[in-house]
Amino acid sequence: MSINVLMPALSPTMEEGKLAKWLKKAGDRVKSGDVLAEIETDKATMEVEAVDEGIIAQILVPEGTENVKVNTPIAVIAGEGEEASAAPAPKVAEAAVPAAVKSTAAPSAPVALAPPDSEIPQGTKMVTMTVREALRDAMAEEMRRDGDVFVMGEEVAEYQGAYKVTQGLLQEFGAKRVIDTPITEHGFAGIAVGAGMAGLKPIVEFMTFNFAMQAIDQIVNSAAKTLYMSGGQMGCPIVFRGPNGAASRVGAQHSQDFTAWYSSIPGLKVVAPYSAADAKGLLKSAIRDPNPIVFLENEIIYGQSFEVPEIEDYLVPIGKAKTVRPGKDVSIITWSIGVRYAMNAAIELEKEGIDVEIIDLRTIRPMDLEAILTSVKKTGRCVTIEEGYPQSGVGAEIAAQVMTGAFDYLDAPVVRITGKDVPMPYAANLERLALPSIPEIVASVKSILYR
Amino acid sequence: MPATRAAPAAKAARKPAAEATPNLPVTAPAVFSREEELQSYRMMLLIRRFEEKSGQMYGMGLIGGFCHLYIGQEAIVTGVQMASKSGDAVITGYRDHGHMLALGMDAKGVLAELTGRRGGLSKGKGGSMHMFSREKHFYGGNGIVGAQVSLGTGLAFANRYRGNDNVSLTYFGDGAANQGQVYESFNMAELWKLPVVYIIENNRYAMGTAVTRASAQTDFSRRGISFNIPGEQVDGMDVCAVKAAADKAISWCRAGNGPYILEMQTYRYRGHSMSDPAKYRTREEVQKVRDESDPIEMVRSRILEKKFASEDDLKKIDGEVRNIVNEAAEFATNDPEPEVSELYTDILI
Repeated sequence: MSINVLMPALSPTMEEGKLAKWLKKAGDRVKSGDVLAEIETDKATMEVEAVDEGIIAQILVPEGTENVKVNTPIAVIAGEGEEASAAPAPKVAEAAVPAAVKSTAAPSAPVALAPPDSEIPQGTKMVTMTVREALRDAMAEEMRRDGDVFVMGEEVAEYQGAYKVTQGLLQEFGAKRVIDTPITEHGFAGIAVGAGMAGLKPIVEFMTFNFAMQAIDQIVNSAAKTLYMSGGQMGCPIVFRGPNGAASRVGAQHSQDFTAWYSSIPGLKVVAPYSAADAKGLLKSAIRDPNPIVFLENEIIYGQSFEVPEIEDYLVPIGKAKTVRPGKDVSIITWSIGVRYAMNAAIELEKEGIDVEIIDLRTIRPMDLEAILTSVKKTGRCVTIEEGYPQSGVGAEIAAQVMTGAFDYLDAPVVRITGKDVPMPYAANLERLALPSIPEIVASVKSILYR
Repeated sequence: MPATRAAPAAKAARKPAAEATPNLPVTAPAVFSREEELQSYRMMLLIRRFEEKSGQMYGMGLIGGFCHLYIGQEAIVTGVQMASKSGDAVITGYRDHGHMLALGMDAKGVLAELTGRRGGLSKGKGGSMHMFSREKHFYGGNGIVGAQVSLGTGLAFANRYRGNDNVSLTYFGDGAANQGQVYESFNMAELWKLPVVYIIENNRYAMGTAVTRASAQTDFSRRGISFNIPGEQVDGMDVCAVKAAADKAISWCRAGNGPYILEMQTYRYRGHSMSDPAKYRTREEVQKVRDESDPIEMVRSRILEKKFASEDDLKKIDGEVRNIVNEAAEFATNDPEPEVSELYTDILI
C-alpha cells in the first residue's frame, strides 16, 4: 500500500511553506527517521523525516516550490513488495504552484490590507516586507547606530529567534551584543534593567509576553518606577519586546493579551504596532527613547507583508495614533491585530453602506486621546476592539475617556469588542468564539447605528 | 555525564567554603593603619548616630512608613567600601541608609528624604527605601526583597560590556538569599563571568524569621556552589575582617574570574523595621551581641590599645559626628515638603 507524504505544519501558525530541497529522489529506499526534504517557512528551516519504510515512488512537488499548503501530498512512498512505479500518482494539489507565480505577499495576508499611510511622503519608494523583517531591520539599524544597544533573551542568538525576529543579528553583531539567556525571565529581565540603569540600552526579547509575567516585578517595580523614586536621577532606557496576545491553538497559558496590564503603569510607554512600517519606525523610536518601553508584537501578524517606505532612518513617533481608514458613520478604535479585524469588518459594512473610520492607536500609553476624541466627535459613535479581557480592559479606558471628553457628541453608547471573559480554550471552535470576530464587529456597529 | 562534569568544578568551588568552619573566616583580618582605624571608626559612628537619630525622629512622627535601621551592621558597608574604588557600582535592599553614608552621600539629603522633604536625595519622592546617586554609582535603595540581586548583576553586566575593571557590589540579606531570582542571577553571573561581589548580610533574621527556620542551607557562603561561585564566611562585626575579605573578593572579580560570594555574619540590634515587636528573640540575645561583639567598640578598643588616638581624640570625633547628624536633623525637620507640582514630574524623561 502506498503512502502519501504530506506537507507538514511546523508551527501552530504555519499555513504554507517552501519545499526548499529534496534529499531523496524517486527510487530511493527510505526508512523511518531518514531526512526526506527541507522545508522553509518565514520562521525557520526544518527537515522532514520519513515516518514509514519503503521506496520513494514519486516526488509530487519539485524542490524550490513556494507556498505549498500544509497537508498537500509532496511525495509517495511505496510499501514493501510494491512496484514503485505502480503507485497511483495523486493529483498535485493546486496550491503547490511553482515559484514563478509567487505573489509578493502570502495569500492569507494580502498587502492590500495594509492601511494607506498619509505620513509617508508621496513618491517614496516602497519595499514589501513582513512585520518580522521590519522588526529585525529596526534592531539592526539601531545596533549599527549605537554600540550601547544590545539584545538579550531566550534563543535570540544561535537559534536565530524563537519566532525568527532576531535572524542574522548574531552573525552581524556577535555574541557580545546578541545574547542567549537561560530560561530565567525574572533574572535576565532584572539584569537588563540593571544594565539599563547603568546607561546601556538593552532590548529584552520575551519569547512571548506570557512568560514576562515571571519578570513583571522587574518591569513594573524596577524599570518603570525608579525614575520617580530617584527624583529624576535614575532613568532606564530599555525595550521589552515580544509577541503578545492570542497565538493559535496553544491554550490558555500561551494566549493572552497583556496590553491593559502594562498600559495602567505610570513610568512605562506601551507600543503595539500593526503594520510593518509602523513596527519598524516605532521600534526604532522605542530603542532611542530614554524611557522603559513595553513593545507588544503579535505572532499572527509576524509573517504578514506590508509596504514599508525605503527611507533612511524611518522613525514613527511614539504616542501618535493614525487614521488608517477615514469614514463618517462610526469610529473603530483599535491597535495591533485589532486593525486587521477592523479592516475586514469595514469591507463588510461598506457593502451595507456603512462608512467606518478606523483609528490605529499604535501607542497605548501615552494614549493619543486627541485623535480618539476628534474622530468620535465627527462620527458620534465609537467601537473599540481588543483581544484582551473585557474587565478593566483598554476599551473600558477608551469608553471612559470618550464619555468624559465627547459626551455631547455621542449618538449611541460606546461598544467594546473584546476577548471573552474566559481563559483561552484549546478547541478550534471554542478558540474562535473566545476571540473577537468579524460578524460580532459588524453586528455591534449596526446595533449602535440602530440598523 | 553531568555528574562527572560537575564534580571537579564543584570541588573547586567548595574549597573556600569548606575551609571555613562557621564563624571562622578564611581570609585573615586586615591589619589597619592608624588612618584606616580612625576612618572606619568615624564612618561606623556616623552611621550609628544617624540611625539612632532616625529612630528618634520616627518616634516623633517626622519619618513615616517603613524605616529599617542598620545599627549593628555598620562594619559591613564600611569595610567593603574601604576596599572598593571609584566607579564601582553599589546596590542594596531597603536597609540602605548606612550604604549611602558610607558612599559619602550627604547626611542632610538622606535624612531629608526620610522626612519626605524637597531637599531629600529623591526630592522627597522616594523615602527611606529609595535613594540613588549617579555620581556615587549608587543604584538604590530597593524595596522588593531580592530584586537588587538581578539589578546588581546587570550593573556588573554593564561594566563587563564596557570592558572597564569596575565591579558591582551587590548587598542583600539572608532573607533575600532565598528568592528565586537570586539563583537565576548567580547562574548568569558565573556563566558570563560578570564582576559582581554578592555580599550577603546575614543578620540572622529575615524580618522575624530566624535563619534556621527559613533556610535549608544556613551557610550562605555555599549558596553558589552549584554554580561554581566561590564563597566564604566573614565575621561581619569586625571591619578588618570585612575589609580583607572584600579586598580578596573584589580582586577576584576585577581580574575577570566572575562573581564571588561573601557571607557577612552580623546582627541587627533594632527590629526589622520600626514597627517590629521583637517577639522572636530575647533581650538577652541582643544584649549579648552588643556587649561582646559590637563593631564600633571593637575598633575603639583597638585604637586605644594601639595608642592610635586618645580618649579625648575619640571624644572629639564623637562630637563632630553628632554635629553632622544634628545639622542633618535640623535640615530634615525644617526643609519644606516638595512642591505640589512635583507630583507629576519624573515619571518619564
